[in-house]
Amino acid sequence: MALLKLIPDNLSIGFVSLRKLAFLLSGSLVVASIVLFFAEGLNFGIDFRGGTLIEIATPQETADIGLIRSTLGNLGLGDIKIQEFGKPNEVLIVVEQQAVPKDLKDAGDSEKNAQAVITEVKVALSASLGDGVIYNRIEVVGPKVSGELVQQGTTAVVLAVFLMLIYIWFRFEWQFSLGAVLALVHDVILTIGMFAITQMEFNLSIIAAILTIVGYSMNDTVVVYDRVRENLRKYKKMELADLLDLSINETLSRTVITSLTTLLALFSLYLFGGAVIRGFTFAMIWGIFVGTYSSIFIASPLLLITDVKRDWSGYGAKASAKSS
Amino acid sequence: MLQFEKWKVILILLVSGLGVLFALPNLFSDEELAHWPGFLPTSKINLGLDLQGGAHLLFEVDVNSVKKERLESLVDDIRLALNGNRGEKPRIGYTNLGLVGDVVKVKIINPDKVSEAMTRIKNLGVPVKNTVFGTSVADIAVTKGKNQFIEVRVTPEALKAMGRSAVDQSIEIVRRRIDELGTREPTIQRQGADRIIVQVPGVGDPQRIIDLIGQTAKLTFHMVDTSIPVQEAMNGRVPPRSMLLPSENPNEPFVLVFRRAEIGGERLVNSQQGFDQRTGQPIVSFRFDSAGARRFADLSRENVGRRFAIVLDNKVISAPVIREPILGGSGQISGNFTIQSASDLSILLRAGALPAPLNVIEQRTVGPELGADSIAEGEVAAVIGFVIVVTFILLSYSLFGLFANLALVLNLILLMGTLSLLGATLTLPGIAGIVLTVGMAVDANVLIFERIKEELRAGKSSINAVEAGYARALGTIMDANITTLIAAVILFFMGSGPVKGFAVTLAIGIMTSVFTAFTVTRLIVAMWLRRRRPQTIPV
Repeated sequence: MALLKLIPDNLSIGFVSLRKLAFLLSGSLVVASIVLFFAEGLNFGIDFRGGTLIEIATPQETADIGLIRSTLGNLGLGDIKIQEFGKPNEVLIVVEQQAVPKDLKDAGDSEKNAQAVITEVKVALSASLGDGVIYNRIEVVGPKVSGELVQQGTTAVVLAVFLMLIYIWFRFEWQFSLGAVLALVHDVILTIGMFAITQMEFNLSIIAAILTIVGYSMNDTVVVYDRVRENLRKYKKMELADLLDLSINETLSRTVITSLTTLLALFSLYLFGGAVIRGFTFAMIWGIFVGTYSSIFIASPLLLITDVKRDWSGYGAKASAKSS
Repeated sequence: MLQFEKWKVILILLVSGLGVLFALPNLFSDEELAHWPGFLPTSKINLGLDLQGGAHLLFEVDVNSVKKERLESLVDDIRLALNGNRGEKPRIGYTNLGLVGDVVKVKIINPDKVSEAMTRIKNLGVPVKNTVFGTSVADIAVTKGKNQFIEVRVTPEALKAMGRSAVDQSIEIVRRRIDELGTREPTIQRQGADRIIVQVPGVGDPQRIIDLIGQTAKLTFHMVDTSIPVQEAMNGRVPPRSMLLPSENPNEPFVLVFRRAEIGGERLVNSQQGFDQRTGQPIVSFRFDSAGARRFADLSRENVGRRFAIVLDNKVISAPVIREPILGGSGQISGNFTIQSASDLSILLRAGALPAPLNVIEQRTVGPELGADSIAEGEVAAVIGFVIVVTFILLSYSLFGLFANLALVLNLILLMGTLSLLGATLTLPGIAGIVLTVGMAVDANVLIFERIKEELRAGKSSINAVEAGYARALGTIMDANITTLIAAVILFFMGSGPVKGFAVTLAIGIMTSVFTAFTVTRLIVAMWLRRRRPQTIPV
């Protein structure tokens, strides 16, 4: 038989009874995340703030950050962030957006400024670091595009959560839909909170990670809900709390194994996939943890609170025809 | 659930075979592929710019400058119309004709003539097709202002049409300019109403391309106005028929030229970079079409001894004296040229002037070294991830785990095959999507296997347990994966470039994993059950 058995059969953990504790924990984390978001703010990348990003590999073995900082500081280009990135000779330079023109119709001037920024930085760097500076990546996002990306990103996340709500309502009952969406919103807020506290770069790829987390978390939640629905039909006399517990315990093995395989794959990406997607991978890993937690401890107990209906007799005929 | 009719088996094998066939070209080099027989697919997966290195540039058409041109030419047209069109109609007195911001204003002296003036001005409008409703709207809106003023503006429909046609024209011209640089398979596409995407693979430094595309390259020939000394004009006294333009000549920072363009660059049929026969300096030679040549001949004949200015984008690049009439329609521009700048200018002249300036509003460039590094790192992560997951599944589900792993391999092959077939672009996040698929693809099988275990525990016989497992799990699998699919679809539409690549691999990965779990694994399990008829299920 199988050599590995993480979850023993016939497990019976009282998840639902832990709900008060879970709600407390989640509630405080959500509040903390929101507070951090407004207090610390997110470290927005140039995708949302506009500006110029230059990733270089210096000819020297290890990059002299101090030298680079002083060289570029003299150029009068405003706020410049410089940090190590990946290998010891790789440096990430982010120059803030130059003088946003008052009239966005004259976007042309801002773009010309960005080109000038790149040229100035290149000249200055080759002067102080010598030839052989390799420009791995150059990204410029103008004010118009960054504004649009902010809008697009927010719309995408809101739209995704909304579509999930509709889909779950369609497949299950409204109480399920509510529970699922609250769990989702909880996941998104906690992910944003994580980025507020770590101040990791928050750019388009993180939005992509959030959307994937939304999809994955819903994935998890649906599996549990599906079992709840099945049990609601099977055990009409069982206490709702016990029934929910049973459903969670029955699906626990699958939940743990799938989360584990996904995490294993993501860890491989995090460790070996290179610096460019590390932020994205980190967000996904955190999201898997939070998403799994919320499916078990938030989404299902919420069904208890919203008092999902027990009588599925009318619904049962239609639905049982679907699943067989 | 475990009964497979013959045709179903064949279909599954066929799809799997096709998947392998479409994925196969990726293992071979292009030269080897050229030798393959014609009926075999040879398309490989496209590598995104972040994996092969290259530049992604987003340009926006400056529609405002097109609008400004229309309004400026409208000023001249209104002057002509109010003056009676050279005697066709009686003259209407006016003052204060000019362009103020976005509006052309003119004051009609005689209040009774205002409506007639408005009619004449309205006739200057050109119809614009409103594509939404198919109706036509004039491109200018003429309204009555205070104090006998008439105001003329460009309509929003006209602005949109200007943007659209500017983009269409620009794409052609941009393509011609980039083709001259000999880059590998550039992509030039419209995006939205007034934007153009240019993607040039393999280019590590797009500066030359940006410079080349950023220049409007409007070439005009004007006569130099020598009626007053340039210094006076620089102090502010510019005669109404002329304009003061900066020049490239360091000895002569400004030149006063007549506003009227005698000949325009659209009359050029050819332009080449060459060398001046006497000085050996780089020059740009040009040749006009017959109409242009005639005009050039007339102009030079009437103005021997006078200077004429060659103006590029409102900058004088050369202002030579006409020594003799030029009848052949060709000439050369000499100035402060390097070989490169002369070559660039000839490229610009050959390709034609852009109808409106193009501004870079977004730029993403990845150097080829980083691209190669990313591919290597992605491959390592994918292989390691795959090995870990496979081992874990094997340990958790023993023999059935093996079946699931076989399906996983086929899953990945189908994924690669579909990507190759669609000509989809693989980006670094796309590789992340593949690794993620490896982790998530097992989910479908896990759901089924867990169900089977439960049914076994509940006391069902082997075959019945497997049957029930598959039967019950279908609904759950569909529900669960559809939600991730929704997220992937949204990502596809809202993302660009790299993120789009991720959405594509994720979406295709989900579909192939559901397919393999439900057909391939089930088939293998069914065949194994029939052959072995086991008492216990190793799961």
